[in-house]
Amino acid sequence: MTSLLLSVTTGAGSFILVIYLQMDKDVQEDEGKGEQKGRRGKVMEPREKTLLMDAEGVRRAVTRIAHEMVEKNQGTAELVLVGIRRRGVPLAERLQRKINEIENVAVPLGALDITLYRDDLTTLAEQPVILKTEVPFSITGKKVVLVDDVLYTGRTVRAALDALMDLGRPQSIQLAVLLDRGHRELPIRADYVGKNVPTSKKEMVSVCVQEIDGQDSVTIQERM
Amino acid sequence: MVWRRKDLLGLRGLSHQEIGKLLDTAVPMKEIIQRDIKKVPTLRGKSMVCLFYEASTRTRTSFELAGKYMSADTVNIAASSSSVVKGESLIDTGRTIDAMGADIIVMRHSASGAAQLLAGEVKARVINAGDGAHEHPTQGLLDMFTIREKKGKLAGLTVTILGDILHSRVARSNIWGLTTMGARVRVCGPSTLLPPEIAALGVEATTDIEAALRGADVVNVLRLQLERQQKGLFPTIREYGRLFGLNRDRLRLCKQDVLVLHPGPMNRGVEIADDVADGDQASIEEQVTNGVAVRMAALYLMMGGNNDGVGN
Repeated sequence: MTSLLLSVTTGAGSFILVIYLQMDKDVQEDEGKGEQKGRRGKVMEPREKTLLMDAEGVRRAVTRIAHEMVEKNQGTAELVLVGIRRRGVPLAERLQRKINEIENVAVPLGALDITLYRDDLTTLAEQPVILKTEVPFSITGKKVVLVDDVLYTGRTVRAALDALMDLGRPQSIQLAVLLDRGHRELPIRADYVGKNVPTSKKEMVSVCVQEIDGQDSVTIQERM
Repeated sequence: MVWRRKDLLGLRGLSHQEIGKLLDTAVPMKEIIQRDIKKVPTLRGKSMVCLFYEASTRTRTSFELAGKYMSADTVNIAASSSSVVKGESLIDTGRTIDAMGADIIVMRHSASGAAQLLAGEVKARVINAGDGAHEHPTQGLLDMFTIREKKGKLAGLTVTILGDILHSRVARSNIWGLTTMGARVRVCGPSTLLPPEIAALGVEATTDIEAALRGADVVNVLRLQLERQQKGLFPTIREYGRLFGLNRDRLRLCKQDVLVLHPGPMNRGVEIADDVADGDQASIEEQVTNGVAVRMAALYLMMGGNNDGVGN
């Protein structure tokens, strides 16, 4: 309908638009089929993989974030790191080591499992595996830095904020992520970002860390 | 592994993976119980009704707290103060609760099979909190959770269940669960309290308490169910205590690091001596804490996901 209206007013330009809308529709249909395939248990064929960060890139990003953290908080007083399971935890450990190198202080480190705070539990077919929350110190009055691998819709961070509040009343909460890929669905932003990458929702971003996946890398690939 | 069962009626028939999933899920739940703020929002908007036709302190409170810690709305019905006294049948009571939109019904009943009967009649999910001498699955799970926590494993352990096996749903749930998980189970009690068919469940049955305790990794002492005894099963409570009570001397027959469990409430000085019940090897209070954790795990697995493809 939109294209028809435009074709009356602008002639040639609208022709292109008509084609564009048609393409977009095709893509959406394809995506629908893909989802159905997924439900039947077939793996979706990924298109080519692009490397966004290699091990060196990850290391440099962590180093920079550690410096920024110390600078922004004017040292490490009351600073604590809390990694979001799973891949936020090794990243938080690395930040802790880096801060130790810079300031010679071991800031407390915790791990947060946000499964029980997810807003999509009743829509998932499988019950997600719950891992243990291990925050072996009081966060009341602390400056908590939440650490995660990818910031996307913001829903994980929303859940993490609720989970943290249930553990105490921090003085402030900051957010550090290795990668921000946009597409926020909630008013959430990161204080420290390793890399900003504009992505399409159709793309899949995967962060690998040595401790879990055997290597450090950030890759992006398009789903068919 | 995905939990696909509508109800939790017993440990019989559950797979190694299903029991493992329940026990694994209980580990992070225990951390929540130890927090200052014991509340997670997971089951917000879900409702749980505890329908108890038999007396209970720990199981009912444990289920209720498990539900509340996970933000479910919980209601208790004690049969003695409900329409049951007006003669309402179990199925009608169940349907009434169902019609009010309960998501889960936790039921205890004196008749074996009552939970299964109810489960077939209601849309709500049913957890059996003890039915006659049949099963008490969450007790079996909390015993296994406690053993696994203390011993690091279940497979290969020798677990002796001591006492009134005949009337014990705890014994049956323990037997089903432990044998599925690869433990060796011995049962021991006076011959009148040892059902003859018990050996068919894959356990060693004996009336010789010394043989039963020798080399055991775990002793699960059962409560002598005084309310269920018919006449003539054993001469006196005193004699039962002398012949089958777990005391310090008998405990020396077990492995040095033996773990002593008791489902409670204890008849001190009858099936278990005071110094054993309060001794270092007993984890009886820990069992109570773990009971809340395994019930939270069961509630999460049964209400956490969506209902597609659920069945028994």
